Amino acid sequence: MATKYIVACDGSSASGRAIKVAVEQAKLNGASLLLVHVLEWSPYSFLTPEELEERHKRRNEELKRAQLALVDPLVESLSSEGVESSAIIRYGHVSETIADIAEKEGAAQIFVGRTGQSTLTKLIFGSVAASLAQIAPVPCTIVP
Amino acid sequence: MQKNKLIAGVSAGGLALLSSPAFAQSIDETVNHLFASATGWFVNFIFSPFPGTSFPWIVAWLVVAATVFTFYFTFIQFRAFKHSISLVKGDYSDPNDAGEVSHFQALATALSGTVGLGNIAGVAVAVGIGGPGATFWMILAGLMGMASKFTECTLGVKYRNEYADGTVSGGPMYYLTKGFAERGLPGGRFLAILFSIFCILGALGGGNMFQANQAHQQISGILGDFPGWITGVVFALVVFAVIVGGLKSIAKVTEKVVPFMGVMYVGAAIIILLVNADQIGWAFGQIFAGAFTGLGVAGGMVGALIQGFKRAAFSNEAGVGSAAIAHSAVRTKEPITEGFVSLLEPFIDTVVICTMTALVIIITGQLSIDPATGNYLTEGGRIVTVTGASGVGLTSAAFESAFSWFPYVLAIAVILFAFSTMISWSYYGLKAWTYLFGEGKTTEVVFKVIFCIFVVIGAAANLGPVIDFSDAAIFAMAVVNITGLYCLMPIVKRELTSYLARLESGEIKKFK
Repeated sequence: MATKYIVACDGSSASGRAIKVAVEQAKLNGASLLLVHVLEWSPYSFLTPEELEERHKRRNEELKRAQLALVDPLVESLSSEGVESSAIIRYGHVSETIADIAEKEGAAQIFVGRTGQSTLTKLIFGSVAASLAQIAPVPCTIVP
Repeated sequence: MQKNKLIAGVSAGGLALLSSPAFAQSIDETVNHLFASATGWFVNFIFSPFPGTSFPWIVAWLVVAATVFTFYFTFIQFRAFKHSISLVKGDYSDPNDAGEVSHFQALATALSGTVGLGNIAGVAVAVGIGGPGATFWMILAGLMGMASKFTECTLGVKYRNEYADGTVSGGPMYYLTKGFAERGLPGGRFLAILFSIFCILGALGGGNMFQANQAHQQISGILGDFPGWITGVVFALVVFAVIVGGLKSIAKVTEKVVPFMGVMYVGAAIIILLVNADQIGWAFGQIFAGAFTGLGVAGGMVGALIQGFKRAAFSNEAGVGSAAIAHSAVRTKEPITEGFVSLLEPFIDTVVICTMTALVIIITGQLSIDPATGNYLTEGGRIVTVTGASGVGLTSAAFESAFSWFPYVLAIAVILFAFSTMISWSYYGLKAWTYLFGEGKTTEVVFKVIFCIFVVIGAAANLGPVIDFSDAAIFAMAVVNITGLYCLMPIVKRELTSYLARLESGEIKKFK
């Protein structure tokens, strides 16, 4: 089985930088890339009755939008660069979901961009990069 | 006719207001008088007692149903309790389905429709009339009601309508129609229409006017007395902004704050109970003794029992059919799992939260006891309270005796609970309305505007007629819904047997 690298991508410039580093590494080692896009979702949030009713419809719309606007163009541009890549879109807690996927897919490494939030925001909400560094089951490269 | 009277009343009141502000209070009186005379016959019918007794047939109807379901599903509420909790925790949820409504979310939404004034004001009314003994019957009714809820919510999911765009509509009107057709029984459509009519009345009554009324009582308790219609208009405008204007931000704020308030309420109650831990034994003694003797309350044991059963049913809505509407939105492969999850609602709502309220009122000594006999002092059918308060005021006084600032927190909690309950019921009412008149923007807006008008009426009317009408309308829903449940319960049994067998064999897997 070929070596697989996971890249966390959310369309931000930070994730763009992570992809760039991952591509360089993948070319060097002949690895394939698995782009993971996680839509933040907690099964414990509160919804109004209308939101419950429309949830399935919204979910389909969100998945479609992520697929068309974010994931498909990325995979396309990567394959034009000659890097083999695929993508997964999931709902869940971002860093936990990425760590789960890395484990299941037997990935060799995770690449994640650092967004560089203010100290205060980080203090309150934490950051995906920091929590991945804590929980990643495989080596994790944090790209500044 | 009724509508014309109302319009006449409101416009007459409006003129009075224009001519002299001193007449402002008379709008309340006019609305109150019209309301009481327009709804009296309906209330009398629903609460008519068995001939020769003072026991209302409707209370027996609910309790008999809960008992029948409890035995028919052999105490499912206790057997499946642990499994229900694992379902809510997401132990059986496929991670690939993340992003869909979770069991927890359906439970939380359904609870925010039921946890509210029933738990705070309703319990105070029950204990204030029926004495501590009412608590015992309330808990019993709550435990039995779990089986009713299990039955209706399973059916709600099984027979919901799913539309091409992925939205769903469900509830008793759908299982009454489709379930009856499937079993080849006649009258499903008729019952569905009847249910929808009562559901609209219930949404306007208990889900709206009672809430507005009690919210006004709280606000005027803090700001001083002022006419109810003012609170009504403010509330109506906010509700209008959310349900018609689609102002999601207000709903979002309440969603976040309401659970927090619920936890805070129970937390405060637990602290009061801990501080008075030495009296808990005495309080339970009062509850048990009162349950079987009445301890001097009007109607004795039967009086306590009626109050307890009535408040439990009004608070947790088991058998009423409203929760079936809220739970229908969950996309699950197994309808029965929603039944399991929903049976936790009467437990949390009645057995936990309502009991907390009752214990706090009893332990803080709000009810006057005649030292000579050990019985409660009554006056005009109510127990004399230390502060003279009743309803939500009694709960407020009880908490105030421990934390002097608590009435302010409680006032905010009551207003928010009232608001979230109104939002939930506006949805239940809307579903019944669109079942009757068809889905479409115009029909929906018509209902929503009517809903907002009733907010004003509810805030202006006196508690008495409002609470009677609210109870009557909600219980009328139960008459139709439970009739349907009796006819459809074999379907639930089949689902249950099949699910339990597959759970046993390991076909239904745990993901966590």
